Amino acid sequence: MAQMRYREALNMALREELSRDERVVLLGEDIGVFGGAFKVTEGLLEEFGESRIRDTPISENTIVGMGVGAAMTGLRPVVELMTINFALLAFDQIVNHAAHIHYMFGGQARVPLVVRMPQGAGHQLGPTHSHCLEALFLHVPGLLVAVPSTAADAKGLLKTAIRDENPVIFIEHESLYGVRGEVPEQADHLVGFGRARTAREGSDVTIVGVSRMALTAERAAETLANEHSVSAEVIDPRTLRPLDLDTILASVSKTNRCVVVEEGWPHGGVGANLAALISEQAFDDLDAPVKRVTGADVPMPYSKPLEDLAYPHEPQIVHAALEILGLNESVAGAP
Amino acid sequence: MPSMPDHDVAREWLATMTLIRRFEERAGEMYARARVGGFLHLSIGEEATIVGSARALRDSDYLISTYRSHGHALVRGTPPENVMAELFGRVDGCSKGRGGSMHMFDLSRRFMGGYGIVGGNLPIAAGIALASDLRGTDEVTLCTFGDGASNQGTFGETLNLAALWKLPIVFMVTNNQFGMGTALGRHSAVTDLQRKGESLGVPGMRCDGMDVLDTHAVLTEAVRRVREERQPVLVEAVTYRFRGHSMADPEQYRTKEEVARWRARDPIPAFGELLLRQEVIDKEELARIDGDALARVDAAVAFAEASPFPAPESLYDDVYVLGDQVWGSYSVRTTSALAAAAGPPEQNGADEIPQQITTALQAGEDA
Repeated sequence: MAQMRYREALNMALREELSRDERVVLLGEDIGVFGGAFKVTEGLLEEFGESRIRDTPISENTIVGMGVGAAMTGLRPVVELMTINFALLAFDQIVNHAAHIHYMFGGQARVPLVVRMPQGAGHQLGPTHSHCLEALFLHVPGLLVAVPSTAADAKGLLKTAIRDENPVIFIEHESLYGVRGEVPEQADHLVGFGRARTAREGSDVTIVGVSRMALTAERAAETLANEHSVSAEVIDPRTLRPLDLDTILASVSKTNRCVVVEEGWPHGGVGANLAALISEQAFDDLDAPVKRVTGADVPMPYSKPLEDLAYPHEPQIVHAALEILGLNESVAGAP
Repeated sequence: MPSMPDHDVAREWLATMTLIRRFEERAGEMYARARVGGFLHLSIGEEATIVGSARALRDSDYLISTYRSHGHALVRGTPPENVMAELFGRVDGCSKGRGGSMHMFDLSRRFMGGYGIVGGNLPIAAGIALASDLRGTDEVTLCTFGDGASNQGTFGETLNLAALWKLPIVFMVTNNQFGMGTALGRHSAVTDLQRKGESLGVPGMRCDGMDVLDTHAVLTEAVRRVREERQPVLVEAVTYRFRGHSMADPEQYRTKEEVARWRARDPIPAFGELLLRQEVIDKEELARIDGDALARVDAAVAFAEASPFPAPESLYDDVYVLGDQVWGSYSVRTTSALAAAAGPPEQNGADEIPQQITTALQAGEDA
């Protein structure tokens, strides 16, 4: 194990897979000479050369579409979109093509493509540069969606994504790139898709945290334990598709209460989806309705005090947990 | 005037153009009789463009097309039976009934598909060409699209990238004069479409898409340039769509006289008469070619009629490629009234349970 930043763990995964499999190629804006907008691909151009580490023009839909075509004919492309916001320009290739080609052509072609991109608010980048859109991709059959929150998972999930035969939307987080963690250094460190990580065990309430919110949920659990004597179990699903619902349901059957925390919008969000699945499949286990803590249902404002209000922080998670435990009546009716 | 190819080759071109024509005429009839659903976009009138261009390729080259792609599947050798079965939505369709008219596909013949989104196939073509290059082959990709697609963002993006990276692609804009019902002059500021790639570093060529000899000659040169020089070329094939955009097209955007003028240049009788004049074939053989095509189309319809619909329990097949180790749920199966009406495909009571119970769980291991 070694201490390294999330971005370094991603870089290690890319380097290992580029070394392991010559079919792996990287396409993206400023991933080569510039080293990556978030420095995830730093040093790879020097090591693997410009035929495999390809700086592209600013043409998101075409970059992703090239990845689709190359994947159909034998390469293992990893496309970096500078941020998730720009993925909206590539939605045709992601949804109509990457996701559907295997199915709509009767299983003849495979699209082993990874599209990497960071999401997240908190840097005062305003409405067009702060999206959290995992729910949009989760919506689409044919796509897999990974949302690593730790450095170790960033490495292990990315390696699995590159080796998977399906198109994988690999959603990183801008605020996590600099976060350090223990990362296994061996090249066979893989984290399988569809296996949630129980970040903290507990017995009173289950908190499911998505992407960065897994870390925020862990801090909230610490506060719940220290200040309210509440034992919260924190689950990081790690992949939203495939979804390890078994682990979540097992936890809910133990705690009988569940809070889902995500940065994205509430309507049609990950929490809405999980709440539906839990109610459908574990209604009798619930002592209270599933509670959601989400980003505010507004475009992301620029001004710092408003931006802070518009995505979840630790206190909101603590309040939500106390509320469904009936321990904090004062927050009833709070936003 | 391009020279006549070997007589066997010329006969094959005529036979394939005739097959495409007869196939599509029958497909239109089957659509009118509700044997075919959805949209049906026919390429009647464009057969010389299809055959002349595809025959400039090697079998190892790739062809990628649009939502008007029955002819492209047929010219690559996909049996008409499987193309018709796809239109009928049957399990023996070339896309197993999943794609329909707009989404034909035949990987084994390197026909890389029909695509329903205008301009959606250009980036994919660039990826195929990139893979050809990185694998060290001299394969070429022929990417066809319509005049309407030349206004999509992917046109500019992909041509720029292909020129920048010297990708081996022949872009062929099939200028059939209309983007759906909007005439070329009303949708494109530049109507000399072969020039539309110039500012992006892609040189242009033009062929008479109503003449299979000219189309083949120009595409042969384009393919040669692309294969040897590893740079993309844009070819404009000037042709005409005799039928409406789809079967639901009242054709109020053009006159009967205009259609008649183009029909007078119908590429199939024109080539047939040329072969007669040059004594490549005689009248009996001309009639036999047509009769063979009609018989093959009859067989295709009979095959499609006899092919079953995909089984209800196959609904979730091929959404994902599943490996040996599968954890978690890939698909959420919701109750399907249609599937229930069709009878219980599997008595597992799993309608509301995730599709993939983990293999680990089934084996009793800790997931």
